Amino acid sequence: MPPDLCDKIIIMKVSSLARGLFSAIKSNAASSTRSHFTYYPTKFSPGTRDVQKMNMFQAINNAMDQALEQDSSALLFGEDVGFGGVFRCSVNLRDKYGKDRVFNTPLCEQGIAGFAIGVANTGATAIAEIQFADYIFPSFDQIVNEAAKYRYRSGGLFDCGSLTFRVPCGAVGHGALYHSQSPEAYFAHTPGLRVVIPRGPIKAKGLLLACIRDANPCIMFEPKTLYRAAVEDVPTEAYAEDLGKCDILREGKDVTLVGWGTQVHVLLEVADLAKKQLDIDCEVIDLVSILPWDTQTICNSVNKTGRVLIAHEAPFTQGFGSEMAAYIQEKCFLRLEAPVKRVTGWDTPFPHVFEPFYLPDKHRCLAALKEIINY
Amino acid sequence: MLRTLSRVSELPIIVKQLQKVRNCKAAVAVTNKTLVTVTNTNQQQHTKQANSSSNNSNNYSINRNNKYNNHWTTQQQQLKNHLRFDSRRSYSSSFFGLFQNAAQSGVAKTNNYATEATVQVNRPFKLHRLEEGPETTVKLTKDEALKYYTQMQTIRRIETAAGNLYKEKIIRGFCHLYSGQEACAVGMKAAMRDVDNIISAYRVHGWTYLMGVPPLGVLGELTGVQSGCARGKGGSMHMYSPNFFGGNGIVGAQVPLGTGVALACKYKGNGGMCLALYGDGAANQGQVFEAYNMAYLWKLPVIFVCENNNYGMGTSSERASCNTDYYTRGDALPGIWVDGMDVLAVRSATEFAIKYVNEQGPLVMETNTYRYSGHSMSDPGTSYRTREEIQEVRQKRDPITSFKELCIELGLITTDEVKAIDLKVRKEVDEATALAKGGTELALSHLWTDVYSNCLEPKLRGTNGYNIDHIQERKGVNH
Repeated sequence: MPPDLCDKIIIMKVSSLARGLFSAIKSNAASSTRSHFTYYPTKFSPGTRDVQKMNMFQAINNAMDQALEQDSSALLFGEDVGFGGVFRCSVNLRDKYGKDRVFNTPLCEQGIAGFAIGVANTGATAIAEIQFADYIFPSFDQIVNEAAKYRYRSGGLFDCGSLTFRVPCGAVGHGALYHSQSPEAYFAHTPGLRVVIPRGPIKAKGLLLACIRDANPCIMFEPKTLYRAAVEDVPTEAYAEDLGKCDILREGKDVTLVGWGTQVHVLLEVADLAKKQLDIDCEVIDLVSILPWDTQTICNSVNKTGRVLIAHEAPFTQGFGSEMAAYIQEKCFLRLEAPVKRVTGWDTPFPHVFEPFYLPDKHRCLAALKEIINY
Repeated sequence: MLRTLSRVSELPIIVKQLQKVRNCKAAVAVTNKTLVTVTNTNQQQHTKQANSSSNNSNNYSINRNNKYNNHWTTQQQQLKNHLRFDSRRSYSSSFFGLFQNAAQSGVAKTNNYATEATVQVNRPFKLHRLEEGPETTVKLTKDEALKYYTQMQTIRRIETAAGNLYKEKIIRGFCHLYSGQEACAVGMKAAMRDVDNIISAYRVHGWTYLMGVPPLGVLGELTGVQSGCARGKGGSMHMYSPNFFGGNGIVGAQVPLGTGVALACKYKGNGGMCLALYGDGAANQGQVFEAYNMAYLWKLPVIFVCENNNYGMGTSSERASCNTDYYTRGDALPGIWVDGMDVLAVRSATEFAIKYVNEQGPLVMETNTYRYSGHSMSDPGTSYRTREEIQEVRQKRDPITSFKELCIELGLITTDEVKAIDLKVRKEVDEATALAKGGTELALSHLWTDVYSNCLEPKLRGTNGYNIDHIQERKGVNH
């Protein structure tokens, strides 16, 4: 895909169509191998900055490389990170920085989290990887009760601010119950933490460096299905995104669509379909930061459009959309033209065979959009 | 010696060699021998008393009370005694093996088959905080030999079929194969009684089959069709059956669960126990040690089994564990180390363990085994270990091949019977594979099934245009 063509979205669509055809020719069970989303790379004008085409795991690798280089106290550890990690995020880092800075832990998430909190407490930078978000629950106690509360309970004397957790999350097409969960809502409920989710390589690198530099314990949930699927031109220098700010990816006047991670790309496709089929102008926002979330920008957008649709893969009841919906209806009540709509996963464990029905794909989102437009 | 007529030309050479051996007893006293006695209901007993002084002893003494019908000269009789002493099954291809096979087949010729045999386990048990260990001399009947062989072979075929289906992309997601570890499951199941329970991690296709689910149930679950044991909703890691609590994706989480099942057995007083299986990687999870502690304090009938296949996904156990003697990790809990490639050793150890936990308290058992394939289907299995290592284990320690050779040597099963079993198993698994490939998945109406008992919500929240009711499909077996 030549990078210098102006409208990347058209290019992406053509190439995704070609890819779809190719994969249909290649495999018999075409429908089960194609993912539920189409990737929309972020339009980025590099200007004078040096860029390199990277996919998301390469961008994360680059970010960690720079972090380990700039901060001599930085450590990276987790299950199988030594040889490169199961998603290749930490390739070559052990060779470059040595076994005492990049090392494997045994199979013990609670140990990993506790250990990371201890390291961060002394002021050293700890980058801990939990291999899958579904495994984060043994360490939930450590994160919620220790990491989040350290600064508060010690009156500012101690803190584990130099702590970052990197956690692959989200549906991947065949993950079933324990390799597909999105637990961001559990952590959003914990004051003291910062939770972010990137939608692509540029964002991933910036957010990871921001989390590492941030003086609060941060969790970055990385949608694992984007590791290879998301390819963008990423600046090679070290840069940090702002935490707590969302991105307006597309301006519109009729309805606001909010999502994060992989869901952003589904919503971008829904916006295209809405424009084509219904002549609706959608404003698409990537929330980026779950905790704290950018209430200002979202409410401004809702006040402008009057209708909002929130989509996420996590289950419906008590998913993060419910927090947003409650806040939005409180702040924007008089400007709302339709109830706040949420399109999410169902209230069941993440299924094995029913994944295509479970995910909030473009068809469900489009149907929900029609409902609030016609309210 | 009628069978050796074909080798009669070699006889003078053989006799000379053996004379040398007879004069030099030290040469014969080799470590790690298997002593085999064949008992036969039709003939007079050819008995040999073999004494092993302790479990860890490698010295064997011969009791020279031979009470069999003697057609041979004294010299040949003495030679035969040496051969009895020396009849280790792995020598079958060596020089001594020639004579040994001849000798045994000479014996076998007088009976068509044996119905029972007594076998010494190959590698001794290691004990931790136990004075007495499991029996090293075990009995094996023909029926048992056939059953264990069939079971192990079926598991191997199911795993191979699953691997092939995965490569064809008909099975997706996760698929952890048990090839190489069959003897652990079959041995433990052989010792289990109807009232006993078992819980394991994710490498459970073999256990699912052993606990009563037919190959179609296993393969169907993997392909996600309705004929699967969880109707296709669980996949590889979530297969269940009465007394078999699965099938758990989160590593180490099943160990406290198994301890709870044991508590229930003790509380209900049904005399049952629970086998809680985990691997060498999971042995480092904190909750495992919590389970050890509780089980010991409350004297629960639980056997903690660490199936040590030396690699936790891609990390070798030395790099993950400070103490790789997993049977000692229970600390105050006694432990037994078993050769997991020897189905009879596993059975013997499990029988001992069942008796122990029902009378005294929990126990840790480590079955040292090996898996041929990688951790899961996305792991080739060769980036952290050499192909030579895998090949070596396949050739020298394969559980199915060594058990087959043992049974044939003992005269319990013939090669024809083995072939017949192989064909039957292959046919059964191939049929199941075809049905699993062609099956249908559950309908959308089953999306919201068995999430609750007596669901209080009338409709699934958030649906648009669908009326999905909560269905309670199956009544739990634990009621």
